[in-house]
Amino acid sequence: MAMLEVKDLKVYYGMIQALKGISFEVNKGEIVALIGANGAGKTTTLHTISGLLKPKGGSILFNGTDISKVPADKIVSMGMAQVPEGRRVFAQMTVLQNLKMGAYTRSDKNEMEETLEMVYSRFPRLKERRNQLAGTLSGGEQQMLAMGRALMSHPSIILMDEPSMGLSPLLVGEIFDIIRSVNETGTTVLLVEQNAKKALEIAHRGYVLETGNVVMSGDAKDIMNDDAVRKAYLGE
Amino acid sequence: MSFLSYLINGISLGSVYAIIALGYTMVYGIAKMLNFAHGDVIMVGGYATFSMMMYAGANPLVAVLAAIVVCTVLGVVIETIAYRPLLEAASPLAVLITAIGVSYFLQNAVQLIFGSGTKSFQSVVSVPNLKLADGALTITGTSMVTIAASVVIMLVLTIFVNKTKAGQAMLAVAEDKGAAQLMGINVNRTIALTFAIGSGLAAIAGALLCSAYPALTPMTGSMPGIKAFTAAVFGGIGSIPGAMVGGILLGIIENLSRAYISSQLADAIVFGVLIIVLLVKPTGLFGKQIREKV
Repeated sequence: MAMLEVKDLKVYYGMIQALKGISFEVNKGEIVALIGANGAGKTTTLHTISGLLKPKGGSILFNGTDISKVPADKIVSMGMAQVPEGRRVFAQMTVLQNLKMGAYTRSDKNEMEETLEMVYSRFPRLKERRNQLAGTLSGGEQQMLAMGRALMSHPSIILMDEPSMGLSPLLVGEIFDIIRSVNETGTTVLLVEQNAKKALEIAHRGYVLETGNVVMSGDAKDIMNDDAVRKAYLGE
Repeated sequence: MSFLSYLINGISLGSVYAIIALGYTMVYGIAKMLNFAHGDVIMVGGYATFSMMMYAGANPLVAVLAAIVVCTVLGVVIETIAYRPLLEAASPLAVLITAIGVSYFLQNAVQLIFGSGTKSFQSVVSVPNLKLADGALTITGTSMVTIAASVVIMLVLTIFVNKTKAGQAMLAVAEDKGAAQLMGINVNRTIALTFAIGSGLAAIAGALLCSAYPALTPMTGSMPGIKAFTAAVFGGIGSIPGAMVGGILLGIIENLSRAYISSQLADAIVFGVLIIVLLVKPTGLFGKQIREKV
């Protein structure tokens, strides 16, 4: 059974249909990339899975339970975290306060401290700046904070929305290395990216979204070698 | 000496404004709405305290505690019934108009129950007046209790917001509702908690205000409500220290204007100062300009 199974998902913004019945799945331990142009429905998909948007039709099975009607805050405690587009760190709170917010659903203090140490060892920069306001961090540091914050809930799956957006090529490389290592330590990743090349490089499997439909799916390598994809998304 | 006494009375009046302004500013910061019925919750707090003391024969402390319970429940009920259905779907204007409707509803409901006549409020403060400098300067017990109460409230609220999980969740919701939900925070419950705290504080403000100005009518809350709203904007709406400083400054300006310029012009001067502050610093004294990094 897949860890996350999206079936025939339909989402509307008012009269406009953003998702026209998409289906895909993410297996435990995988990195799955959703790629596509602006407006293809990538962020809508993630927001619907995490409960910020409610679908008109279809289902979202997370470990076998339909979560399409579960409120967003309940889904977090089921083991799903999201790194939202544009980071959305709490700018007026410190780095440490942001990280603690990430652990909001957890009650065991000792376990939380352990996770905090794990996050600090993965992102030493966050430890250095733990008492600094998140709004004063650089874009790359904010991205790390958003990732660290998501890890604080100790999720079994992380949804990442455009983690490379607005970052320098050097930092993009660093962020993708971190995503890979987070995955290697046992967290499943659903990755949404406009940077299709980078995303497919680290993903196991991928789906191509076009105006609310899945138009292609398969092994990340196969997608990367597909002529149409190369033309449309990899700029070749 | 008279200046000092005007100043102290101003600080005392300002402390009441500050306690009310905290409710305005917290609700605005977290639910992004102006709860114009907040002033009338103060009035309900006054009537609740009055009823407990007059009809139930409760001692002042019990009466104030009962008023806090009444207003807290009232605040949550108003939020759940009147505002929550509108917060997501409707325009901010619809919420604003609803708040004005709730304000009229409370005034008229109280008028229906207690009549429109003025009730003479018995002070909840039994602390004796303090006479200093051979009786040249008198500080009333009510003033001292009011100022002390506002300081305690400010400290407790600051600790609550910065040190507790629920307080931190409030800050998170104030900044970004969606991101807060992604942390597992129940946004509706956080907003309800904010209304509960704001309305509980309004009850305290109501009891203190009526102790200083003992004429209680269904309209008692409306002018202090508007003044406190002004104080919240003055200090920077959304900011807790801003509400506190804005409230106290407003009380001082009002009382000194009344004493030295003209009692008729005092309110005009208060609002004039607000206009000048907003022209110079549109976000208010403590308002933050949020810069977002891209």
